[in-house]
Amino acid sequence: MKYLHLIWASLFRRKTRTILTLVSIVAAFLLFGLLDAVRTSFAEAGQSANGAQRLQTGSRLSFIQLLPQSLQARIAQVPGVKIVTYANWFGGAYQDPHNQVFSFAVAPNYLDVYPEMAVSDAERKTFDATRTGALVGEGLAQRFHWKVGDRIPMQSTIFPDRSGSKNWTFDVSGIIHSTDKKASGFFDQLLLLHWTYFDETTPYNRGQVGWYVTRVSDVNQADRVAKAIDALSANSDHETRTLTEQAATAAWMKQLADIGLIVSSIMGAVFFTLMLLAGNTMMQAVRERTGELAVLKTIGFTSTSVLAMVLVESVLLLVLGGVLGIALAEPLIPLISHASRGMLSLAPVGIGSWALGGALMLGIGVLVGALPAWSAMRLNIVDALARR
Amino acid sequence: MTQLIEIRDVSKIYERGKQKVEVLHHVHLDVAQGEFLALMGPSGSGKTTLLNLIGGLDSPSGGSISVGGQRIDTLGAGALAKWRASQVGFVFQFYNLMPMLSAQRNVELPLLLTKLSSAERRKRAAIALELVGLADRASHKPAELSGGQQQRVSIARAIVSDPTLLVCDEPTGDLDRQSAQDVLALLRALNRDHGKTIVMVTHDPKAAEYANHTLHLDKGTLVEQATA
Repeated sequence: MKYLHLIWASLFRRKTRTILTLVSIVAAFLLFGLLDAVRTSFAEAGQSANGAQRLQTGSRLSFIQLLPQSLQARIAQVPGVKIVTYANWFGGAYQDPHNQVFSFAVAPNYLDVYPEMAVSDAERKTFDATRTGALVGEGLAQRFHWKVGDRIPMQSTIFPDRSGSKNWTFDVSGIIHSTDKKASGFFDQLLLLHWTYFDETTPYNRGQVGWYVTRVSDVNQADRVAKAIDALSANSDHETRTLTEQAATAAWMKQLADIGLIVSSIMGAVFFTLMLLAGNTMMQAVRERTGELAVLKTIGFTSTSVLAMVLVESVLLLVLGGVLGIALAEPLIPLISHASRGMLSLAPVGIGSWALGGALMLGIGVLVGALPAWSAMRLNIVDALARR
Repeated sequence: MTQLIEIRDVSKIYERGKQKVEVLHHVHLDVAQGEFLALMGPSGSGKTTLLNLIGGLDSPSGGSISVGGQRIDTLGAGALAKWRASQVGFVFQFYNLMPMLSAQRNVELPLLLTKLSSAERRKRAAIALELVGLADRASHKPAELSGGQQQRVSIARAIVSDPTLLVCDEPTGDLDRQSAQDVLALLRALNRDHGKTIVMVTHDPKAAEYANHTLHLDKGTLVEQATA
């Protein structure tokens, strides 16, 4: 600690250069904080106490392959199944094709399987009684200024009605309030319509469902129940794959992209560039201070202590920028989630991100400081003083 | 009189690629405790090399050097650093102060190697600055000081840990006449009033007059002695 003022003064000897390097480090770790939030969100998607009790059953072949509705009754008979529901992807847009709305056509008991989507009893009754009824997420309603009682036109991206028109109309019957903070970004932006209305209106469906969701009685039996459900359709033209909600979400996301690989690749490139930049800064800094380092050694500072001081200076540079960068990510993350209108529900910066970030700061700091510290340690006093 | 420095048959050879350059040839020298010795000679005569050997900044190629009874030619790098920290104070031609530290912090530098508390370090640095007449400049950075003031801060740094020996390499080489005289007077006061042994390299005969003993080096060999 008694050398800290010396190290600090050395670090800010050339203020402009140090500040510019710090800005680069802040930017790198800000990006790290944001991307790690993306990675964490994707990794944790589907993880929840309620989610642990749910299984998703889809086609073994592809998630766009549909399943027979008749499978519901058979799944309900599997020991350990508490309740089974189903849904289809609707895929609508409101007013403008860019205003995509997450919309599912759902079975009557869908909300019973998702207690985290809270709808008032009165509104649920209205929805049940209204063939063209729709339940909309709170965020979605606010976004388009919908309220209960509104008649809203939607354009389906896939499903026409029997006249060939893709224009559908729904009556807003109720608002969905999410009780799960983690998943609220998703539930907030949902629109649920009646599967019956959907199936009767579009000629494309013909009594088929996109996927089943099963609530099990005992979480510990989830694996057995999943296998039993898949056994129902073994060797048929609609073979199924049943996974826990978390595994199903992860599998679906992996089909889009290997988020972990993408994030790691981007961060790898960013930190490699940072190492070159910070390494150059440290080499320059030590080269400029050859005489001063020689004087420290003259006074009696050992080669080891000079090495240590240069290393600490390098680590301090990384830690200063890194902490600031990750700290800046914290308030930005909820802003980005909000601005994405439910497309992204980013996890806040947690202990894991801080720990990983801290390890990176330390590791990169030592790496970029190693060579300059080594040069400083090996400095010959007489030669260095003579050069002055 | 007790000899502080005993140099016996010391040679120093530098290797420059395949060439070997013998800078000092079989030098014998005694420096008494409390002596103020001036080393003079033309450029390339080996006076700075001899000074570096006395100060423990370099090791001889042959012979032995004892300072205060301690053979320093046999010490390793770490032990030499430790020895320098407690026994030797250095004053350079170009001051060699840390530009980003205040005068106070510059003077405190040698004390960072001790176990003194920060309060004690500050106190001793203040005393050293008082001794050199710069107590009112403690918070100034080197760029805010004149050449003479910077050299006096350098001297304060050299004496703050109360070393036995002061090694000065052309301490007035970069100063105007008045500042040079002030610095030399200070060195003489440190020698006479505080008993510091001083070995000073200089090419200025007027500076050498402040010493009580002058030696000349020519081509690596001591050629004459003159006592003030």
